Amino acid sequence: MTETSAAPAPVRTRPSLRERIAAAWDSDIAYSFRHSPVTIVAAVIVLLLLFGAIFGPWIAPQNPFDPGSLNLMEGKTAPLTPNMFTGKTFLLGTDDQGRDVFSTILYGSRVSLFVGFAAVAFSMVLGVTLGLIAGYRGGWLDSVIMRTADIQLTFESLLVALMIFGFTRTLIPPGSQNELAVPVLILAIGLAEWPQYARTVRGVTMVERNKEYVQAARVIGLHPAIIMMRHVLPNVLGPVLVIATLGLALAIIAEATLSFLGVGVPPTQPSLGTLIRVGQEYIVSGEWWILLFPAVTLLALALAVNLLGDWLRDVLNPKLR
Amino acid sequence: MSDGRALLEVEGLRRVFDVSKPWLNRVIEGHRQQFLHAVDDVSFAIPAGRTFALVGESGSGKSTIARIIVGLIAPSAGTIRFDGADIARIKNPSEMRQIRRRFQMIFQDPYASLNPRMRVADIIAEPIRAFGLLGDTAAVQHRVGELLALVRLDPRDGLKYPHEFSGGQRQRVAIARALAGNPQFLVCDEPTSALDVSVQAQILNLMRDLQEQFGLTYLFISHNLAVVRHMASEVGVLYLGRLVEVATTHELFSAPRHPYTRMLLDAVPDLAMTGRVRTPVQGEIPSPIDRPQGCHFHPRCDVAKDRCRTEAPAARSIGAATVRCHTPLGA
Amino acid sequence: MAEAPLLSVKDLVVEFPTRRGLVLRAVDGVSFELRQGEVLGLVGESGAGKSITGAAVIGLLEPPGRIAGGEVRLKGERIDQLDRGAMRRVRGGRIGMVFQDPLTSLNPLYTVGQQLVETIQTHLPLSPAQARQRAVDLLVEVGIPAAERRIDSYPHEFSGGMRQRVIIALALAAEPELVIADEPTTALDVSVQAQVIAVLKRLCREKNMAIILITHDMGVIAELAHRVAVMYAGRIVEIGPVRDVVKAPRHPYTRGLMGSIPDPAAEADRLTQIPGAMPRLNAIPSGCAFNPRCASVLDRCRRERPSARVVGSSEVACWLDDEQLRRSDLQAVVAR
Repeated sequence: MTETSAAPAPVRTRPSLRERIAAAWDSDIAYSFRHSPVTIVAAVIVLLLLFGAIFGPWIAPQNPFDPGSLNLMEGKTAPLTPNMFTGKTFLLGTDDQGRDVFSTILYGSRVSLFVGFAAVAFSMVLGVTLGLIAGYRGGWLDSVIMRTADIQLTFESLLVALMIFGFTRTLIPPGSQNELAVPVLILAIGLAEWPQYARTVRGVTMVERNKEYVQAARVIGLHPAIIMMRHVLPNVLGPVLVIATLGLALAIIAEATLSFLGVGVPPTQPSLGTLIRVGQEYIVSGEWWILLFPAVTLLALALAVNLLGDWLRDVLNPKLR
Repeated sequence: MSDGRALLEVEGLRRVFDVSKPWLNRVIEGHRQQFLHAVDDVSFAIPAGRTFALVGESGSGKSTIARIIVGLIAPSAGTIRFDGADIARIKNPSEMRQIRRRFQMIFQDPYASLNPRMRVADIIAEPIRAFGLLGDTAAVQHRVGELLALVRLDPRDGLKYPHEFSGGQRQRVAIARALAGNPQFLVCDEPTSALDVSVQAQILNLMRDLQEQFGLTYLFISHNLAVVRHMASEVGVLYLGRLVEVATTHELFSAPRHPYTRMLLDAVPDLAMTGRVRTPVQGEIPSPIDRPQGCHFHPRCDVAKDRCRTEAPAARSIGAATVRCHTPLGA
Repeated sequence: MAEAPLLSVKDLVVEFPTRRGLVLRAVDGVSFELRQGEVLGLVGESGAGKSITGAAVIGLLEPPGRIAGGEVRLKGERIDQLDRGAMRRVRGGRIGMVFQDPLTSLNPLYTVGQQLVETIQTHLPLSPAQARQRAVDLLVEVGIPAAERRIDSYPHEFSGGMRQRVIIALALAAEPELVIADEPTTALDVSVQAQVIAVLKRLCREKNMAIILITHDMGVIAELAHRVAVMYAGRIVEIGPVRDVVKAPRHPYTRGLMGSIPDPAAEADRLTQIPGAMPRLNAIPSGCAFNPRCASVLDRCRRERPSARVVGSSEVACWLDDEQLRRSDLQAVVAR
């Protein structure tokens, strides 16, 4: 034990950045990450796709949605085969319009990931806030919030998203429907997923609320909002992070499904789902690459994010330590 | 009893919990409403600078009393006067904050009483900031260092997180936090029952040192009679929500008046191996939801009379002790 | 005494490999013997290795823990290398167990009688009716009133103290020669603890049964045990007759430990204080594990690990010489 009777020295409350990095590298989470090849591969895939999505416009050989850069003569070129008219070669082939499939995937995953992240952020903020209030306050407020969540959970979340999507569209003037398609999609998927967060956060909050450190904060006389933010919230974030990661995969797939069904993003702003919908029309006529590559990308993205989520869940679960 | 002025006075304190099943179940299953009388007409006073201990077994209501006093649970009835002021009547928030600053609490489980996501220095600084005691950051940091040294920790330990400390060190941090607002009165709810004996000794010694240094007044809650004897100047014995005996520590341990107090003392393991003759413990503690009529202790009491089965004894003084018993020992 | 010991544990070592490839030694060279009808207390603070020692004896170490050395013999026959089936028959048959938490040691879905009968029939060749009669007898033996009626109750219908009695009855079901009781009274109120201690005391006397009593509470040891082994950081520092260890402890750690317990029978001004805390398993000091906290530490203590030697009626693992260990004022020296 570090006992001392020396005169007190002023205490620095924050360690240096260097100390923080060293501590992070040495932590159990970092150790577990370094020793899990599957997780490393999943992280690399996610990072590559994120990189491609963010820097897509600079990496892509062409802008597939600028009609000026397309050449109909180059339509339906197979991967790595020179086009019979222009002699150009495309890594993953082209679609019927002559769009480079590699470029459409970069642009498509940009939309998919943006919708996914935004929807998760939206449902997370909503669900965590409501869950905290329900768990900490209890009483009738808790009943109202949680019964609403329960009712919503009895429906398949994709169905809820479809309903919200359809309902919101009727409120928007037809002229701006295409512009507002992405925000509406985010709202629909986000609203469909909040009960997951609310339920988990409420449960953990009810446990934490009765712990003595929260009581100690109450004895000091802190405002409930401060107690919730400063004391309870940081201690419920672990499970939230896991749900958010798994939820990201779900949101990306939900977006793809909606777009595949033709109710998601407009064709002028295609996502991976739209690409798959378009691609499946050509599978019978033999142009398999138009469908296959976007589908593989979606699969890889969803799987990798899911694997990361599973790993996080295990690593943050104190019972498995 | 001490001639010192009472810092804390508790009078007629009562707390009833509704433990009934939900309304719909009661109606359908035909159950009556059920109430748990956790605290039942408890009165005591603690002179400034002294330690008053509440002892009792499970269901005695000792932790509920602690939480009522610090304001975590509202009482059903009764008054709590701190330094002469009735706490329930304080409506002004800034005045309430002033009162809160003057009494703080030390909790039982040092593994649960510190926020695992906060650095120790931030944990200790929180009350200083909440009570607006010190304005600038440097002064707060200096004060935190001072408090850590006070509980015999290294001021540099402030950078660490609670999980980097042992149970005893954590309890020191909790004590430093309780002292941060310069309180006069500390409610200590089983402060050492989660600790090993050698660590318990360190904490008990520290608490006595701090009491001497700052003239602190303690309400010390424990189930461990040996610890109570070591720490307290006066002891109250609780049984199923009622205070059955209050006496000075010396009186209580040498000449217990209530049969329950005697039974409790006889149940303590004989560490000195004196081989003293002891009366075996009779029966078990009844459920606090379904307490026996009259004196709650009568089914286990070997000197109970008919009167004990029907009539709850009132508190009465015998010598310096206050006892709730129709047939007190040695009277 | 020429009689062969009932249980002998020799140089027991228990190791826990960690996820990070380190190996933690939770029990390090523990040896003791136990005679028929004897109660041996294993006492120590958290992290001393007392529960792990008990679990190792009955082959109930939680993975990845494993016995890495030494041997355990029951009536001369090694039991630390038995296969699972044979160990199961020893456990519950020849060695009974009582755990700390009376709530989780019983299955809430079955009546107390069903659980008792199942255990009895697993180990003894009795008919259902005979087994039930034996279950009732056992409940009477551990002091459960109206046993005939209570046998068909579920665990939640019993109070904490009564549940702990049921668990003792379960441990006794197959008439074991040895019972390992791990903190049997820790979860109980003082008055209930006194009752459970009385039951264990009587059973031990009537059935000539041996008990290994694992606890952190010296008071319980003083009430119940004949001999006591004091553990520190996975090692036994002192072992001897309970009266000698409690009243005249030799090892500086035992002295500090005894001095730190508030005496319920006396008012003391200040408790003896051992500075610091038990080391974590990944940071056990070299030499004598207690040396950084010891007031009488010698140079040698930091380098070499002391082995147990006979001092009076006890065995003590300490480098101080006999004369120093016998000094009654070493306590005062240590305290300062």
